[in-house]
Amino acid sequence: MTPADLNTLLPEIVLALFAMSALIFGVYTGKDAVARSLVWATVAVFVLLALWIATTGTGARQAFGGLFQDDPFARFAKVTILLSAAAVLAMSQDYMARRDLLRFEYPVLITLSVVGMMMMVSAGDLMALYMGLELQSLALYVMAALRRGSVKSTEAGLKYFVLGALSSGLLLYGASLTYGFAGTTLFSGILSQLGEGVPLGLLFGLVFMLAGLAFKVSAAPFHMWTPDVYEGSPTPVTAFFATAPKVAAMALLARLAHDAFGAIPGDWGQVVAALAVASMALGAIAAIGQRDIKRLMAYSSIAHMGYALMGLAAGTAQGVQAMLVYMAIYVTMNVGTFAFILSMTRDGRPVTTIDALNQYARREPLRALAMLVLLFSLAGVPPMVGFFGKFTVLKAAVDGGLVWLAVAGAVASVVGAFYYLRIVYFMYFGKEASALDREMSPVQWVMLMGSAAIMVLGVVNLFGIEPAAALAAETLVR
Amino acid sequence: MDPVVREYAPILILLAIAVGLGLVLILAAAILAVRNPDPEKVSAYECGFNAFDDARMKFDVRFYLVSILFIIFDLEVAFLFPWAVAFGDLSMTAFWSMMIFLGVLTVGFAYEWKKGALEWE
Repeated sequence: MTPADLNTLLPEIVLALFAMSALIFGVYTGKDAVARSLVWATVAVFVLLALWIATTGTGARQAFGGLFQDDPFARFAKVTILLSAAAVLAMSQDYMARRDLLRFEYPVLITLSVVGMMMMVSAGDLMALYMGLELQSLALYVMAALRRGSVKSTEAGLKYFVLGALSSGLLLYGASLTYGFAGTTLFSGILSQLGEGVPLGLLFGLVFMLAGLAFKVSAAPFHMWTPDVYEGSPTPVTAFFATAPKVAAMALLARLAHDAFGAIPGDWGQVVAALAVASMALGAIAAIGQRDIKRLMAYSSIAHMGYALMGLAAGTAQGVQAMLVYMAIYVTMNVGTFAFILSMTRDGRPVTTIDALNQYARREPLRALAMLVLLFSLAGVPPMVGFFGKFTVLKAAVDGGLVWLAVAGAVASVVGAFYYLRIVYFMYFGKEASALDREMSPVQWVMLMGSAAIMVLGVVNLFGIEPAAALAAETLVR
Repeated sequence: MDPVVREYAPILILLAIAVGLGLVLILAAAILAVRNPDPEKVSAYECGFNAFDDARMKFDVRFYLVSILFIIFDLEVAFLFPWAVAFGDLSMTAFWSMMIFLGVLTVGFAYEWKKGALEWE
């Protein structure tokens, strides 16, 4: 351990110290009375760290003998994670405070899970991978059960914990097989071992690890927990689940596939392609019957993970770039959509059924229009940005020789468009129903409108994220 | 002495002590102790739950909290033992790594203390 190592790790260290001092500060002062200020302080820290990472980082560095990687790929993922976590935290403050859920532990738990995610995307070793993953997951399990009095919320927490533990077990089993057959836990070491032949045990290890990570990104057929956990958790927590952790797990998957197993893209490519096609199909079909918008968003996220995995399945730098762009767009869309879902109340009580949106457009034309843009974007209707996200992954799949996968993705996106458009139909042409409350917190309004505006204005050049994603992909795929 | 017996003498002595001490304790309780049983005394614990019962029963969640908090410090000791045994050969990195670990743990301990998790009522 040298000062240079610690210097590479500085953003994570700063964030961990912030989390610990916030915890101590909170518990020794006003407890939940300081929760509000802690939330805003955390948002500020996230945004500042994102700016710091985005502006100062250059080139690729390693720390602790390759355990920790700081490269453009990690930085792209970290900035996305930090900004989305800040956005979700900012818009959840009002909702949590109204329902007496705003504990001072809430921002601390989010901070700790973000530290875990930053470790995940920078992992250069199976140990670092697992440590980051668990730090993230343990904080998320607690957050799912944040509404202690509610049976649904505790059920969500328990279900998430049990299935999360199962997936960690799968991952660890795969990691131990990999270690046994490669003789090292370092990604670079595994990669050089693969040059001397691929023993069957290593393949088993690879597939078990992919299955464990598929749980974390909620890719079918490892998606079972997603709808229940999304439905049962408090809505701000659901919004968080749907954004930052998905980026982190997807980036981790890409890093493991390329950094450790980059020599055998054909082997993991087929597994990832199978996960992708199953997720897209299940997400498109199973969401049709949903009447609860949180469950619908769960299936929507499963489908979106399928598209992101499609980019990865291509096994090329173009594919990784497409995946990163797709994830950034996905997160932006979800922040806006969940800002809207957070504002859905009737007589002050949260409502999550879809038919509560009947005739919404007549009463709130501007918000309905923003939601229309976001839903079109989620469905991948041109000319919204969501279409370009889908287009880049489909193109990467075709260029990578996976035409069948691209065709399956296009078909699934047509099927999936049905349930997004049905919400639009309800808002504009639905039957008359009792109205939702008109009030919406200013932060939620800004997030909803900002996200919708990005979905329209982004078509010009996607705000320049493509070159950054290309640079990130180049460092990963050599 | 037979060489085989000599070789295994320590373990034989240990066995003898263990069996002897066990017998003494059981017999002492049977012979010396005052016997005045009542249902609470003969149950496995005077507090807590029955040792043999349906596992799916209601119990106070505070037991769970105490055991969770105990496990943390149990694991801490499990980490500290090898570190303490090898202390003489440790580098400064290893020393400070453990200090950082203990610092993080202390933060958690201060939190649970102040939060009231250690109070039964």
